[in-house]
Amino acid sequence: MKCRKCGATAVINMRQHRLSLCQDHFLEWVPQQVQRAIEHFRMFAPDERVLVAVSGGKDSLSLWDILLRLGYAADGLYIHLGIPDGGYSDVSQQKVERFAAERGARFLVVNVAAEYGMSIPEVSRRKPGRSTCGTCGLVKRHIMNQVAYEGGYAVLATGHNLDDEAAVLFQNVLHWATGYLARQAPVLPSTHPKLVRKVKPLIRLYEREMAAYALLRGIDYIYEECPYSRGATTLFYKELLNQLEERSPGAKQMFYLSFLQAREEGRLLPAEAGEVELGECQRCGQPTTVPNLCAFCRLWEGAVISQGPQGAEEQ
Amino acid sequence: MKIIYRDKVWELKGNITVRDAIKKVGLQPEAVLAMRDGKLITDDVIAKPDDTIRLIAVVSGG
Repeated sequence: MKCRKCGATAVINMRQHRLSLCQDHFLEWVPQQVQRAIEHFRMFAPDERVLVAVSGGKDSLSLWDILLRLGYAADGLYIHLGIPDGGYSDVSQQKVERFAAERGARFLVVNVAAEYGMSIPEVSRRKPGRSTCGTCGLVKRHIMNQVAYEGGYAVLATGHNLDDEAAVLFQNVLHWATGYLARQAPVLPSTHPKLVRKVKPLIRLYEREMAAYALLRGIDYIYEECPYSRGATTLFYKELLNQLEERSPGAKQMFYLSFLQAREEGRLLPAEAGEVELGECQRCGQPTTVPNLCAFCRLWEGAVISQGPQGAEEQ
Repeated sequence: MKIIYRDKVWELKGNITVRDAIKKVGLQPEAVLAMRDGKLITDDVIAKPDDTIRLIAVVSGG
C-alpha cells in the first residue's frame, strides 16, 4: 500500500478515512487532527496554559508530545497511584520523567501514598463496595482538578481517544444513563470558580492510530495494561466495537461523532439535563455535588476509621 | 511465517496477507499493529514463509 500523499510505502492504513500514509505524512497528519479538534470544540486558545494528565501510557504521552509540537504551553502531571505489580507505578513514572527530560518539559508528580498515607490498592481494599477503578478515578479527578486549579492552569487535558469515548458511550447507552450522556463531552466547561475546564484533544483519533503515533515517534511508553484493568468491562466493549468496525469501517467514529452532533443540536436531551448544582467541600474546598464533604474526602475519612484497632473487616 | 504477540508465538503456512494472519490467530485487525524487521507495515502486505511478524496490542497503559 502506498502513501496517498507521496507514493512512498505506507506504514498505516486507516480504513475509516480510506487513507494510507507513510511515516512522515502520518506523523504530520496526527497533530493536524488534534489541532482541528482543539479548534472545532474550542478547547483552549494558544496563550492558555495547559496541564496534561500523563499516565506513562501511549495516549497521554503522545498528547503531551503533540501539544508541545503544536507550540502550546503544556506541563505534565503524573499521579503515582502506588500500584505495586511489577513496579507498575514506578516504571510509569520513569517513562514520564524520561519523556520530560528529553524534551525539557515541565511536570509535577503527586504520590498518593506519600500525600494521603495510603496507595490506591490500599485505600480501595478498605472501601468495599467501590471498585478499585472507581476509587482510582475519583482520586485522580480530585487531584487533577486541585493541581490544575492551584497551579493557575486554564485547562486540564486528558488523553482519551475515540475508542475510549466510544466504549464509555456504549456503556452509557446500555444503561440509558442520561445524566452521564449529557455530560460526556470533549469539553467540560468550568461551572464553578474552582473547577478547571477539562478537554480531550484526542477524540478524533482511533486507539490504533495513537499506538502507531507513539511507536513511530519513538515514545517509550508503558505497554502493559494496568493490572486492575484486566477483564474490565470497557475493554470488552472496545472488542465489541472493533467487531463492528471490522464489518463496517468507520462504525466507531460514526457512533461517537454523530452522538456528539445530535447532542449539540439538542436532538437527544434537553440542554439542562447535564446541569448540576455545585457547592464546596467543607474540608478541602473543592467543588462537589453533595453537601458537607466531597466524595474524595469521605473516601479517606472512611479509610482512616477502618484502619483503627477494630479494623477486623480487613480480612 | 512466525507471528509473535505478547508471550505467544504461532507458525503459519503459505503466503497470506498480514490481515488474514491476524484473523487466523484469533486477534482483531483493529486491535493490533504489525511490525516486520522493526518497521510498521500495513496489513495488506503478503508475508513470506520466513517472515517474523510482531503484533503490538494497541490497548495499553491506563
